[in-house]
Amino acid sequence: MKSRMVLFIIGYLIWLLLGWPVDLQHVLIGLPVAGFVTFVTGDLFSQRIHRLRQITRYVWFCYYVPMFLWECLKANIDVALRVLNPSLPINPGIVRVKTTLKSDTALTFLANSITLTPGTFCVDIDPKEGILYIHWIYVQSQDTEKATQLIVKKFENILRKIFD
Amino acid sequence: MSEAIGTLFIVVGLGFDIFGCIGLIRLPDVYNRLQATTKCVTLGTCGILFGTFILKGFCATGIKALLTIVFLLLTSPVAAHALARGAHKSGVKLCDKSVCDKYAEDKK
Repeated sequence: MKSRMVLFIIGYLIWLLLGWPVDLQHVLIGLPVAGFVTFVTGDLFSQRIHRLRQITRYVWFCYYVPMFLWECLKANIDVALRVLNPSLPINPGIVRVKTTLKSDTALTFLANSITLTPGTFCVDIDPKEGILYIHWIYVQSQDTEKATQLIVKKFENILRKIFD
Repeated sequence: MSEAIGTLFIVVGLGFDIFGCIGLIRLPDVYNRLQATTKCVTLGTCGILFGTFILKGFCATGIKALLTIVFLLLTSPVAAHALARGAHKSGVKLCDKSVCDKYAEDKK
């Protein structure tokens, strides 16, 4: 039930932002719309709602966002340089990495972060075993441990503090 | 001043979009092409939208641009992941230059 209330508030806020500037019409129509979305989604939004109250998670999230944007910018420059280089320096392949994260949200964010960071993107996840299959545009190591060290470690620790 | 910064963001964003498109043409197979398009096009489009936000400020257009950045950052990696997984499941091979394919090994 709490999950639905949080979802209702978030949905209503997004509705108000979409309909900016706020006037009476938007405010009134938003209530049934957000209510309907909440009703249809049910309890899918979060299973462990008490975690939304832990302040330290938000602090770590604020640290994660600029780090993520910086990695994203590096990724773009990296890909742009590879593409513009006449000899096209690529050495692609799919490698296997391990993660210790468990919750669905954490795994989703890990996969998204990996996709938007330099040279790597996520092809498939095996949540039971904690294995991610990563396509790497310039394979530096085919060994699972070494690849894990290079790709996953910098995000794993901080994402565990936020979501797990 | 804000006009200059906004235009700069839009120009840089357009530049990254163009690099993404060049990558789409030059790189050899589906997976490498997805690398170029997800990374460059995500940040390029976010740059254009952020430039729009700076030019317009907190009005109807600017707020929608900011919301679109959030949705784009959340959804575009998921789309790339779905495309790559679908391509691999339906048997698209990696290009000849590829050094390893642990995913195909594990699926057997």
